Amino acid sequence: MNSLYYQKRLSRNIGDKFFTSLSVICALIAILPLIFLVTYILIKGGSQITPELFTLEPNPPGDDLDAGGINPALIGTLIITTIASIIAIPVGVGGGIYLAEYSKGGAFSRFIRFGVNVLAGVPSIIAGVFIYALIVSTKILFGSMYSGLAGGMALSILMLPTVIKTTDEGLKLVPNELRYASLGVGASMYTTILKVTLPSAFRSIATGVVLGIARAAGETAPLIFTALFSYYYITGIGDLFYEMGSLAVLIYNFALEPYDAQNKLAWAASFILVLSILSVNIFSRILAAFTEKTKRV
Amino acid sequence: MEEKLTLFKNRKRFGIEKNIDIIFKNTALVLSSFVAIILLGIILVVFFQSFESFSRYGLKFLVTSEWNPVKDEYGAFTAIYGTLVTSFLSLLITIPLGVGTAIFITEDFVPKVFREIIGSFVELLAAIPSVVLGLWAIFVIEPFFRPFFVFLHNFFGWIPLFSTEPTGRNSLLAILILVVMLLPIVTSIARDSLNQVPKKLRNAAYGIGASRWKTIFSVILPAALSGIMAGVLLALGRAMGETMAVTMIIGNSNAFSWSLLSPGYTISSMLANQFGEADGSQVSSLFYAAFVLMILSLVVNIFAQWLVKKFSLKY
Repeated sequence: MNSLYYQKRLSRNIGDKFFTSLSVICALIAILPLIFLVTYILIKGGSQITPELFTLEPNPPGDDLDAGGINPALIGTLIITTIASIIAIPVGVGGGIYLAEYSKGGAFSRFIRFGVNVLAGVPSIIAGVFIYALIVSTKILFGSMYSGLAGGMALSILMLPTVIKTTDEGLKLVPNELRYASLGVGASMYTTILKVTLPSAFRSIATGVVLGIARAAGETAPLIFTALFSYYYITGIGDLFYEMGSLAVLIYNFALEPYDAQNKLAWAASFILVLSILSVNIFSRILAAFTEKTKRV
Repeated sequence: MEEKLTLFKNRKRFGIEKNIDIIFKNTALVLSSFVAIILLGIILVVFFQSFESFSRYGLKFLVTSEWNPVKDEYGAFTAIYGTLVTSFLSLLITIPLGVGTAIFITEDFVPKVFREIIGSFVELLAAIPSVVLGLWAIFVIEPFFRPFFVFLHNFFGWIPLFSTEPTGRNSLLAILILVVMLLPIVTSIARDSLNQVPKKLRNAAYGIGASRWKTIFSVILPAALSGIMAGVLLALGRAMGETMAVTMIIGNSNAFSWSLLSPGYTISSMLANQFGEADGSQVSSLFYAAFVLMILSLVVNIFAQWLVKKFSLKY
C-alpha cells in the first residue's frame, strides 16, 4: 500500500532531487555573467555619460585627467559598419536569392551552403589578416594603407555568411503558391522574386540582417590592423582612406592603458556599444515574437 | 524546387524581359559564388604569405617556442599549446554547465515564462562584444578571482598546472572568459537538440517506470547526443579563434609554462598583438601561425558539419 505514495528516501527520488538542483544551479550560474556584466556596465559606464563625450576628440593617453570624448570612434563605428553593410547586404541577399530560388540542390549549391557555414566559422582575426595581406600591405586602395574602407571590407567578410543564411532561410519559408500565382498572372522569374517573394520574406530577412550588423558593430579583431585607430575628427569623405577609430578598438586600446581617465572612457564606450547592441537584440526578439503571434496562414 | 523552375521556363518570353531574367539569374549566381571566392582567397592568401616562413622552419615551427625578431628565430609552440589548452579546458567547464542549463530550460521544473527568460538571458550573452568582456575581465573578474587563485596556488602549488604565483593576467582567467563566451553556443544548440527528441521516447521511458533523471540520462541525452556534439565542436572552433577577450586577459607572454596561473599566449592573441608593428620575416611567421589557426578551426568546423549532416535525420 505504501508503495503507491511518493517516498522521499527512495534512492531514485534522492538522486532525482540531486540532479534537479544541479541543473538549477547550472542555470543560475549561466545567467550570472550577463546580470553582473550589464549592471556593472550600466553603473560604471553610465556614470561617465556627459554631453561632451559625444562631441569631443579623445585626448592622447597621459597623466592628463581629462580624457576627452569619443566622437571620432562613434562616427567611425557608424561609417565602418555602413561600409560593411553596403558590401555584405547586396552580395549576401543576391547569393541567398540564388540558393533559395534558382539552385536545384546540385553540387554547386551544396558547395556554396557548405562554404557559408565554413566562412561563418572562420576566426574573425583571420578576416583581418586576409584584408591586411590583400589591401593594407599592398596599398591597393589609392596608396592608402590602414583605412576605414579596409576595416569595412574586413567586417563585411564576417557579415556575409549571416546575410546569405537568413536570406536563404527566409525565402525558403515563402509558400510556393505565391510563386505559382505570380507566374499565373504572367510575371517572369525576376519580377516574381523582386515583387513577390522578397517582400513577403522581408521581415525575417531584415531581422537577421540587423542582428548581423549589430554583431559586426562590436567586432574588434578584424579592425585592429585594418582600420587601426585615430584620435581625430572625421571631417570629410577623404578620411575613408586614412586610419579610422571605432568604439570597439577604442575600448581595446584604452582598457590596456594604465591611466584611469582612459579606462573610464573605455567604460563609457562599452556602455554605448552594449546598450545599442542589446536594444537591437531585444527589440528584434520582441518583434519576432509579435510576428509569430499575429502570423496569418 | 525543380518543379517551380520548370514552370517558369515553360512560359515563352521575348526580348528585353528575357534578357533581364537571364542577367538577374547570372548576377545572383556570381554573387553566391563570392562566398567560395572569399573562402578560397583567404586560404590561398594566408598560405602564400606564410610560404617564406614555412620553407625556412618547416614543421619545426610547430614545436619550438623561440620567438625572437632580433635573431629571426620563430616557433609558435607556446601559442599553439595555449590555444589548445585554453579552448579544451574552457570547453570542459562549459559542457556540463551548458548542457545542465539546456536541460533546465527544456524540462518543466519551473513555469515556461521563467524558462524562456533564462533562455533569452543566455542568448543575449552571446550578443555582448568580446572586447567588452575583455574590459570586464580586466577590471572586475581579475581582482575578484585573485584571492581564489592565490588559494589555488598555496594548496595545489605542487601540481605543475598551478605552480606559479598568480600576479595578474593569466591563462586561467582566459579560460574563465572563454566559458562565458561559449556558454550561449553550447546551451542554445543543446536546447534545440533536446527539444527535437520526440515526446514519445520520453513517454515510453516514463511508462516503464523510469524516473525523470533516469529518462534524461538513458533516453533523452543519448538521443540528442549528436546535436550536442556538433554544438560542442562549433564552440571549440569559436574558442580557438576567439581573439579580443583572450588577448586582453591572458597576459601575452611567449615564455612557455605548464602553469595556468602564469601569463600565456594563443595564436589569435599573438596575431592581435604583433601584426600591427611586425615587419620582415616576422610577418611571414605570423601568417604561418594564422595558417595553423585557420587549419585547426576549419577541421573542427567541417567535422561539426559532417556530424550534423550524418546524424541529424535520425528521427
